[in-house]
Amino acid sequence: MSGQTLFEKVWQDHIVVPESDANPAVLYIDLHLIHEVTTPQAFDVLRERGLPVRRPDLTLATMDHSTPTVPVPTLGDLDIVAEPAAAGQIRQMIDNCNEFGIALEGFESQHRGIVHVIGPELGATQPGKTMVCGDSHSSTHGAFGALAFGIGSTEVGHVLATQTLLQRRPKTMAINITGTLKPGVGAKDVVLALIGQIGVDGGVGHVMEYRGSVIRSLSMEQRMTICNMTIEGGARAGMIAPDDTTVQYLSGRPRVPQGADWDAAVARWLALPSDDDAHFDREVSLDVSKLAPQVTFGTNPGMVVPVTGHIPADTGDLSFRKALDYMGLEAGQAMIGTPVDVVFVGSCTNSRLSDLRETAAVLKGRKVSGQVRMLVVPGSQSIKQQAEAEGLDKIFTAAGAEWREAGCSMCLGMNGDVVPPGKLCVSTSNRNFEGRQGVGARTVLASPQTAAAAAIAGSIADPRELTNH
Amino acid sequence: MEKVTRIESATVVMPQTDIDTDQIMPARFLTTTTKEGLGDAAFSDWRYDDDGKPIPDFPLNRPGAAGSKVLVAGNNFGCGSSREHAPWGIVDFGFRAVISTQIADIFRNNSLKNGLVPVIVPDDVHAWLLANPGAKVTVDVASKTLTLPDGRSVEFPLDGFSQHCLLEGVDQLGYLQSQDAAIDQFEKARSWQP
Repeated sequence: MSGQTLFEKVWQDHIVVPESDANPAVLYIDLHLIHEVTTPQAFDVLRERGLPVRRPDLTLATMDHSTPTVPVPTLGDLDIVAEPAAAGQIRQMIDNCNEFGIALEGFESQHRGIVHVIGPELGATQPGKTMVCGDSHSSTHGAFGALAFGIGSTEVGHVLATQTLLQRRPKTMAINITGTLKPGVGAKDVVLALIGQIGVDGGVGHVMEYRGSVIRSLSMEQRMTICNMTIEGGARAGMIAPDDTTVQYLSGRPRVPQGADWDAAVARWLALPSDDDAHFDREVSLDVSKLAPQVTFGTNPGMVVPVTGHIPADTGDLSFRKALDYMGLEAGQAMIGTPVDVVFVGSCTNSRLSDLRETAAVLKGRKVSGQVRMLVVPGSQSIKQQAEAEGLDKIFTAAGAEWREAGCSMCLGMNGDVVPPGKLCVSTSNRNFEGRQGVGARTVLASPQTAAAAAIAGSIADPRELTNH
Repeated sequence: MEKVTRIESATVVMPQTDIDTDQIMPARFLTTTTKEGLGDAAFSDWRYDDDGKPIPDFPLNRPGAAGSKVLVAGNNFGCGSSREHAPWGIVDFGFRAVISTQIADIFRNNSLKNGLVPVIVPDDVHAWLLANPGAKVTVDVASKTLTLPDGRSVEFPLDGFSQHCLLEGVDQLGYLQSQDAAIDQFEKARSWQP
């Protein structure tokens, strides 16, 4: 009998009722992340049936999606800065959390921020946990060796009421990242190249495990960027085995076990990596030795080329043509030099302190092009504070960029931060779908460095020419 | 949930591959706090022009689409965001089944919670359906078959539990609540506490 994968160990540890031909498994959920957009209908179901939230203590609540990124000093100010529907949704979140006894990281909290940023920051995200959220980028938390995946609002109700979910066991897929990254090429480039290779449906039905020496060399923030975009490759979840980097990141964070419990937890975590003889249903390899910074050219994250490359030739494919038509780009054209109107640095993919530092390193002593609007949105209020303590905000504003409060912001344009119709935005977010950043908005996905280089040039540019690489 | 047993309908065809849930339900409609009325917003950016008028050419605006219960779509339908507003909108429009060669995992799960049957078919059947919009098909949940106008039937994958829930209109939350003793036991017996 072969050994177990990381996924199998975590899955097995959370089976309340085993799966059978007739029934899916009942899977226990250790941490439920909730936000204002995908929970109102779920709380309504509990209210209709007179059910309490089973484990408010295992529920982490915040406001991020439709939340303004301009200051909201008092709740009364909400109606001035937010659309009525968004303001109503935020108020309902506050009311629901009060009614059901859930602590909310709200406007007054230094921990408020994007749900996938604050979980790790607080140390609530831990190896070996099962975690869900009504948000597909829940896969982010897999960077710690948690099994974390997105669910819909009906399932949000299931977890609120029972702390469990009905689940069929997914298949496993090993992603072996080999080679050595060149300077100026990072985690975002790796994951974009991977999705380009396997396609946006390449992982459907699978949980991915990212493996290999490149993964081991990455920081937790970089690992989160990779796991975050797992869903863009169609997979249910992405995981990375915990190691010393994981333990060091978590050490001293507010919600990790303390004292003797910490030692026991670390021992348990370090036993989670896949056994040497574990079997994966599929294996994929990606050699990153020759990888250049990546940019998307189309309307899904799999339509990606090196920044120094050209859009592929027209094969007559309907979706390819529709994508280029939407983007206002031509088959075969070079990406460098494409005019840019907006640059967005933020989102659960790239809004952490290291992302802001990388952005600042490119912007320092330079000016954002006069034709570009640049928005920098930290992933959490705590990151905002740290960035300001380092003076990063001064670098952004001196360059001509806007510096905002934490939130999802222009990644999905729900809070009023939108890209105007027909305008092209180089964005550090995760989705370049039609209309994602606003009706008619055109999105090019890239790393923070590539986004910053585009802001300065006013067109798509190779960031390595602006840094020391 | 309403019982779903047998769906007979002419199809509406949207041939694009990788139709994501941002197309099915753009984010600006997600500030709603109810499930109702999202049918009008479904596929909004493809369906209406800048003045909000229906684009006659778009499949959902063509004659017959309003009464259709079966949507045929390109490969990997429903990828992207987990928003359940996507299947809510599709169901509110009137569809009860979506046919493709592949349906994204979260969308598939959400569909099954809302009486929308995900029907995965082989490439040849899919190609025929894409080429024949308006074809009268039958989706039978009990036999897990899709029947084409020429009488040919293909079986589609559907696990026993999901099939049972569709046929009987089972409330899955009720099922989970019935496992309460097992959940209590699990919480007490586990070797570490989250």
